[in-house]
Amino acid sequence: MNKIIEKKQLSDDVFQMCIEAPLIARSRKAGQFILLQIDTDFGERIPLTIANGDAEAGTITIVFQSVGATTHKLSDKNVGDYIENVLGPLGQPTHVKDVDWVVCVGGGIGVAPMYPIAKAFKESGAKLTVIMGARNKDLLILEEDMKAIADELIVCTDDGSYGRKCLVTEPLKECCQREQQPDEVVAIGPPIMMKFCSLTTKECEVPTTVSLNTIMIDGTGMCGGCRVTVGGETKFVCVDGPEFDGHKVDFDNMMKRLGAYKKQEQVNHDKYHDHECKAEKQADELVAKQGDK
Amino acid sequence: MSYISKKELQQSACEILKNLDCENLKPKDRMQIPLQEMPSQDPAIRRNNMEEVAIGYTPEQAKVEALRCLQCKNAPCMKGCPVNIDIPKFIQEIAEEKYQDSIDTIKVSSLLPAVCGRVCPQETQCQLYCTLGKALKDVEQSVSIGRLERFVADRDAQNATDVPIEIKPETGKKVAIIGSGPAGITVAADVRREGHEVTVFEAFHKPGGVLMYGIPEFRLPKEIVQREITQLKKMGVKIETNFVVGRTLTLPQLLDEEGFDAAFIGSGAGLPTFMNIEGENLVGVFSANEYLTRSNLMRAFEEKAATPIARSKKVAILGGGNVAMDAARTAVRLGADEVYLIYRRSEAEMPARIEEVEHAKEEGVIFHVLENVKRILGNDDGMVTGVECLRYELGEPDDSGRRRPIAIENSEFVIELDTVIVAIGNKSNPLIPHTTEGLEINKWGNIVADEDGKTSLDKVYAGGDIVLGAATVILAMGEGRKAAAAINEMLVD
Repeated sequence: MNKIIEKKQLSDDVFQMCIEAPLIARSRKAGQFILLQIDTDFGERIPLTIANGDAEAGTITIVFQSVGATTHKLSDKNVGDYIENVLGPLGQPTHVKDVDWVVCVGGGIGVAPMYPIAKAFKESGAKLTVIMGARNKDLLILEEDMKAIADELIVCTDDGSYGRKCLVTEPLKECCQREQQPDEVVAIGPPIMMKFCSLTTKECEVPTTVSLNTIMIDGTGMCGGCRVTVGGETKFVCVDGPEFDGHKVDFDNMMKRLGAYKKQEQVNHDKYHDHECKAEKQADELVAKQGDK
Repeated sequence: MSYISKKELQQSACEILKNLDCENLKPKDRMQIPLQEMPSQDPAIRRNNMEEVAIGYTPEQAKVEALRCLQCKNAPCMKGCPVNIDIPKFIQEIAEEKYQDSIDTIKVSSLLPAVCGRVCPQETQCQLYCTLGKALKDVEQSVSIGRLERFVADRDAQNATDVPIEIKPETGKKVAIIGSGPAGITVAADVRREGHEVTVFEAFHKPGGVLMYGIPEFRLPKEIVQREITQLKKMGVKIETNFVVGRTLTLPQLLDEEGFDAAFIGSGAGLPTFMNIEGENLVGVFSANEYLTRSNLMRAFEEKAATPIARSKKVAILGGGNVAMDAARTAVRLGADEVYLIYRRSEAEMPARIEEVEHAKEEGVIFHVLENVKRILGNDDGMVTGVECLRYELGEPDDSGRRRPIAIENSEFVIELDTVIVAIGNKSNPLIPHTTEGLEINKWGNIVADEDGKTSLDKVYAGGDIVLGAATVILAMGEGRKAAAAINEMLVD
């Protein structure tokens, strides 16, 4: 049982939660993730990257977008509530290479797991450029945190409601075309963004690391549900990753695999949503009735 | 074999008992008593539910079956039992209707009789050596030792006498058990009995290991597994779920920082093998581990479960072991119209238990033997559309003693499908060896352990599939017992 210590709404459907997990907080390193299950009997297990951790306080921070039944349910939890199962830290930690200049690209909620990685590079003495993007201004998260550690911060939105009106690949390409190229690019975000970041840097031959978030059950190598094709070989994201060479990942296959249960996930989400709406309606009716009395 | 209902089996057992002079049976008489078949759910009904297929003997059936035992003085059956249960004794006690004595006899040697009575491959262990089977020249005519074991174990659970297990005074020594499968459960109980403090670490959210995630409900009800876990807790064993040794904390951390005096690694063979063929990462291709875990542990077959599972129309399972049978029979229950089992040797070489093969056939699984998948075919959306197979014939015996399958050239043909489940085995999960310096592994990645389960590291023991490679529940238990004895001995010194 893991208690929720803090909850913040970062944008319309993005939430940040600080949860009690002393051993994970003690062992975790940048780049690692957890598996979370809200209820033991019938819950599903979903992987979430650890955005931050405090070993002394015994807490970890996760950032998630309410997109499916489980994340929706999670977003309905409040401070003081419990999450029944949290397993971690899983996966290989980020290999913080000794480089002069690193460009960290975060898209959407990918900015959250990017934060500890960017920080680790900064602490290793690298010059840090952060490119962060979102569909619109309201979906931008952790800008202040990034500003505090980045030597150079480029913010862009798809609709131009804040920062530059462009996709993250545009400033990324500019960075790669400067006289002195970056030594390393790290990209975390939606698969499609990571795919195009990798294509952009491949042209310029800048080494690129991406962090993948796939379907998983156990997170220890047992089920193989998370397998991806990297350089023609099958790899397990949970134990071989989550970080891979972006130039070698077969993103198209990965995206298709991510959609494997789309229909059932939609049904489950709708079910939860309907259930919730019904409950709300019942509550409203109850309040109205009591008002009548 | 046509289906015979429980009622008919019971009537015939009663008939037999009426005509037997139970007190004065000669071996010749015993040999003439017909084998008692296991009552089971009607195949037409059970293919639509997850409930247990085998229902269990009635007391009359158990008595008749027990009377078939010749009570051999040299008890050859016992040498086939990895934990050395006194088989003739517990069977004699069933024949005398002394059920409590019978279960007590079993429990001297085995901790999980309700589990082993169900999932042990008796036909290659105790029942293989049965004199009756030998005399009748058919191992399937051996005394049904497993069914009898299950009968007394289930009866014991129903009556729930709940006699507390005796624990010796606390010694203050701490033992870490990694993994809560059959090996871990066995070591935990045996070590705790000696008064040591025992903590079991389990990565999943529910303890039980392969008994929970691997073996389906219809073969081993999860209630039975949880009963065993509850028993452990009652003995004072601590169970830490959501704890993956090697990541949450490493084994050296447990020993050096957390004050454990010894550790037992029973983390199982959790690394699925794939075939490395074209199309294996298409949507709709699963390892049997994933498919079964979704159904068994995550309960995806239930309406309430949040975990999705493929609702396939046409499925192929690749492999011929018990796991392949489990996956095929699960697919049937999840509503698939056609379920194929593709195996490259012939049925005679199948590693699955005969009983499982028969059950699968009764439930409508279509067997394609002497065929193997060459590549998996998909469409533009990356979804499985079929498999291209090759036909095989059998050649000379290979290292395993089984006749080697040889592909027949130009014999390709296609089966249209939407789901492929790969059930060709498991390798050892490398997580613990990778995070434990000095822990010796062999070329297959299994942890090297001596006869007592002792590894290359001080205070560290291992057993079960992580040492044996993918094996059986009872072998894991047998290894666990030896390792537990060695740990107990080490802690005394």
